[in-house]
Amino acid sequence: MAGDKAFLQFIQVKKTYDHRTLVVKDFNLEVAKGEFITLLGPSGSGKTTCLMMLAGFEDVTSGEILINGRQVTSIPPYERNIGMVFQQYALFPHMTIRENLAYPLKIRKQPRQAINAKVNEYLALVELQDFANRYPGQLSGGQRQRVALARALIFAPDIVLMDEPLGALDKKLREQMQFEIKRLHEQLGFTVIYVTHDQTEALTMSDRIAVFNQGIVQQCAPPHVLYERPANLFVADFIGESNKLSGRIEAVDDQEVSVRLSDGALVRARKANCTQVGQPTTVSVRPEKLTFTDRLGNAGNQVRARFLTSHYVGEYIRYHFATADGTELVVKNMNDSSAPRLEPQQEISLAWLPQDSQALDRPEAPTPS
Amino acid sequence: MPARGALLHSLTAQEAGQAARARRRKRLTALLFVLPLLLFILLAFVAPIASMLWRSVHHPTVSELIPRTIAELQRWDEHGLPDEASLAVFAEELHALARKRQSGRLAEELNRAFSGMSSVVKSSARQLGRLQPEQLATDGVPTLLKAHRNWSRSEVWYAIKRAGMTYTYDYYLTALDLERHPDEGIRPRDTQIYLKLYSKTLTLALIITLLCALLGYPLSYYLASLPENRANLLLVLVLLPFWTSLLVRTTAWIALLQTNGVINSTLLASGLLDEPLEMLYTSFATVVAMTHILLPFMVLPLYSVMRGIDPSYLRAALSLGDRPLPAFARIYFPMTLPGLSAGALLVFIISVGYYITPALVGGTDGQMISNLIAFHMQSSNNWELAAALGSLLLALILLLYWVYDRFVGASNIKLG
Repeated sequence: MAGDKAFLQFIQVKKTYDHRTLVVKDFNLEVAKGEFITLLGPSGSGKTTCLMMLAGFEDVTSGEILINGRQVTSIPPYERNIGMVFQQYALFPHMTIRENLAYPLKIRKQPRQAINAKVNEYLALVELQDFANRYPGQLSGGQRQRVALARALIFAPDIVLMDEPLGALDKKLREQMQFEIKRLHEQLGFTVIYVTHDQTEALTMSDRIAVFNQGIVQQCAPPHVLYERPANLFVADFIGESNKLSGRIEAVDDQEVSVRLSDGALVRARKANCTQVGQPTTVSVRPEKLTFTDRLGNAGNQVRARFLTSHYVGEYIRYHFATADGTELVVKNMNDSSAPRLEPQQEISLAWLPQDSQALDRPEAPTPS
Repeated sequence: MPARGALLHSLTAQEAGQAARARRRKRLTALLFVLPLLLFILLAFVAPIASMLWRSVHHPTVSELIPRTIAELQRWDEHGLPDEASLAVFAEELHALARKRQSGRLAEELNRAFSGMSSVVKSSARQLGRLQPEQLATDGVPTLLKAHRNWSRSEVWYAIKRAGMTYTYDYYLTALDLERHPDEGIRPRDTQIYLKLYSKTLTLALIITLLCALLGYPLSYYLASLPENRANLLLVLVLLPFWTSLLVRTTAWIALLQTNGVINSTLLASGLLDEPLEMLYTSFATVVAMTHILLPFMVLPLYSVMRGIDPSYLRAALSLGDRPLPAFARIYFPMTLPGLSAGALLVFIISVGYYITPALVGGTDGQMISNLIAFHMQSSNNWELAAALGSLLLALILLLYWVYDRFVGASNIKLG
């Protein structure tokens, strides 16, 4: 997958609707053939706009979009050969499932026999053989979603776009459909650009995730990199949960930096987008990486904190602490024999390994970029 | 209820009774809410229509005025003159009516059955009225036959016999331009009035509906593509005609269309025309004015249906490779059909029964069936014929609705 010559390229793409503010500011992305890329971000961050520009429903204010090296910005949507799955499915209500699936093939003037065979094949692929002659209104949400998927795939498009396709489904069905989409992706090998604001969905499905905020890609990386080594505070905050300790950089070396926290403790963290000595920084640690001292010994960073309360979640327990300067810290501990019993206001040390934390920007003092 | 017992096996009889009582109470409350409306509809809608239908077949006036004559005529074989005895009975009854000064009513009724009979009945009644009752037996019949030669015509007696039937479908025959002849049975009338008018009414309604659709569809499409607040503002403009008096709007059309009106003077002044166009008092005027008045009935259901169509349907069609125009025809247009058919049905049905606009701007050429119904109600006082014409109109509309339901499906209608 990766390493191929870029199949789809966004080059310095910008988009404005009102000719004053940019909704997408300088979007660059290279996608290999067969890759599953997710555009993730809060609503209004520009991710759907990027998808619409690729599909051809929105024009590009400036920049280029290339598919297979060919400029597509001036090609109308019906000639781009891009499949699309819409959030509300957009199945044609006056056509049966079979007619819906046959629609793109009929437009391409394929012989009737070939169309029938293809429709049957794809109906089997999404396990809806028995529903061919029903109308979309007679199907459940998950079934409609599968039809929409099959319809977007049946004409063998170069790229399949999915705009929050699972947004209208309940949690259990959503997980089932995630699995289904992944299965089809692996089976058929198409290229996917997937838009969602659900980070779990993005993490479980994607090869790479591009995190959007305010029209800019904050970081584009495989899920584990995004989670373990967020490039900035927004990503650390948006993906999963993180504990944020503010401090100032005291020393910098190859991989790590030393940070003097505001309560005086000196800790080490992985080098990220804060690399100048004296710069204000936020040390970010995931709640499951933060632990009680007696389990790490003296190998890692330590900070003193006061126990506030704990929440019983089932498979794990959430402990809430506050440091001397009032920063709240959360520890997630598996619900096993290691789970400690703490008294309210009890002061203990919390510890983590330097490689499990990074020195990121601090919102009061944005890093120059 | 033993059959329900199985379903309610977990409920005791008392609980089941309580549940049933609660349900009954709920239904009763709901009924109470709609009761005033129900009564109103019954009085203002169902009852008048029922009385109209009744009146179109029930006509007792003649048989009440001359009951014995009508009874006598039952024996008559409809050829030649009725026998002496029957004529004598008629002379007696006419004499009695003349004395009671009620011969005018009979004259009016018989004139409707056989034109020209009004004066005949009146003068004969006068002549018979001068006779003394004891003279009637001997001089009644000769006086009658001498009074007018019409009394010697079998067609007249046939018409009287038909008019004397309490229950009759003759008005429907008239409304369909048919008549009954003693030898030939039911045959077309010499002058065709109503069938022509029905077909003209349907043609005009069809033209108006088509025009409304042609004008309303692009407008609704444009409105549906606008942001909600702008669309609402423009929708007010569409609805503006609703808030102006119908009479004012129609009169405005008169001002526009008349020979010295705005349009003609503009065209004349600009040199496009040498002499004014004859527009007012034509079916053209009826079509234009009614299209204007009925346009909102097309736009509103269309707009609300189009508003509900997500833009992603058309986008999906494009992304699947369809070009914009075919995609519009194959995807968008079928999805707007519920609104289009609702609008078309509304406009068509309203215009089939429209009265005031054709009456004001249509002249003789632009008259529709309702104008003739009104004429029979108000001028010729032939309520029975008006009722028959109205019932046929009602049947026609029901038939159209049935055809529509058959081919499109009434459940597809979306009014909003």
